[in-house]
Amino acid sequence: MNQSIGDIVGILADNLALRKSVMPLSAKQSTAWAKGLNIPHGGTCVLYTGHMYQLLPYISTMQKQTEMVRSTPLVHTFWIGRLINKFINTTWFMARADAKQKKIYNRRLRNIALLLRKANVDFGYLYGKELYAGALVSDLGGKDILEAHARRVYAMLKSEGVKSIITVDPHTTDMLKDMYATIIPDYDIEVKSYLEVLAEKDMIPCKKNEGELAIHDSCVYARYMNTIEQPRKLLANAGITVKEPAQTGKFTQCCGGPVEALYPEKARKFAKERLEQLKATGCKEAVAMCPICLQNLEHAAETEDITIRDISECLYEAYCDDPS
Amino acid sequence: MNKATTKLLTELRKDGDFNATACINCGTCTGLCPHGLDILPRELFRYVILGLEDKVEANIETIYSCLLCKMCEANCPGDVNITANIRTLRNYINRKHFKI
Repeated sequence: MNQSIGDIVGILADNLALRKSVMPLSAKQSTAWAKGLNIPHGGTCVLYTGHMYQLLPYISTMQKQTEMVRSTPLVHTFWIGRLINKFINTTWFMARADAKQKKIYNRRLRNIALLLRKANVDFGYLYGKELYAGALVSDLGGKDILEAHARRVYAMLKSEGVKSIITVDPHTTDMLKDMYATIIPDYDIEVKSYLEVLAEKDMIPCKKNEGELAIHDSCVYARYMNTIEQPRKLLANAGITVKEPAQTGKFTQCCGGPVEALYPEKARKFAKERLEQLKATGCKEAVAMCPICLQNLEHAAETEDITIRDISECLYEAYCDDPS
Repeated sequence: MNKATTKLLTELRKDGDFNATACINCGTCTGLCPHGLDILPRELFRYVILGLEDKVEANIETIYSCLLCKMCEANCPGDVNITANIRTLRNYINRKHFKI
């Protein structure tokens, strides 16, 4: 069992070192969400997706495949997969994302870009030059590989003249804001999540909203960087009642997502536990603000009487989706 | 009988500030862990400080099961950098055991 952990970590780390992402996507796949939005190329302030939303549909498929193999003797051949992957990108063959899922995740990114535009934020996008930030390898302990990758990302940002970044998920935010600063001396890129940026603006809802939502704080937003009030402010300003589960804010309960790659059965158990807390609020809908939380809780909610939504969807409906 | 040694701690500190010695053994981390992992991080870090590498190796699954959610760290009265320590420990295991 331990060796299969090593092989999975090894494949992800090898991919980051050799192919600049734990699961390399083509530029077409990673930038499809921006099609038709006419976001300017580059600039001093860029919206940085870090590929997290784009990767999730692929990761979901791959995890299902890995889980099936792990319960068979084939688990002992993972090392062969790692060996082959050093020469051939095996994720190209393994990962086939569901088209519907890709569309949903791309729409979430579009929502974020449109919200920023609505708030009159001036931003560009690096399109195919943008790189994955390295969160998964950092969490799995790939220090040397992460450090080399962080320097590569930073060099790219400097060569593009980027001075500030707007991120879309907590893991990329943590990497670019705090982790890179520990690796790169004189790191000087300003990093804010889109929730922070939007909360600083006096946004006016485009229609009268009502209803209530349970809120699930991401551990990384809440405990790593104290991003707690901003999503609440944006939802409340839109007229949505935010209901807090038993553990919330600084004491939020993890969705289990961080162990999904290595221990999917444990991830499912934690997601169920968290889902019970969200259900106990009495709400029929709950919002997450991290794509990993979102996916893990969505899976847990498949057979439950509660819907998990990305906060970008709720904010888009409240601030951009003018019914008139 | 195990013999205490600082070898493992010295090795880990090459990769980062493994500040486990700040732990006052209060048990807040184990009490708050959403996993309910009683080995993590208080007892585990003690094994590291004592250089009990075989005990660390016996808990590889637990080490990689940590969610890095910081519930323990945010409430640690000793200000132990628990998540950074776990990442450092994983880095050590990756190198030594998994040849990454």
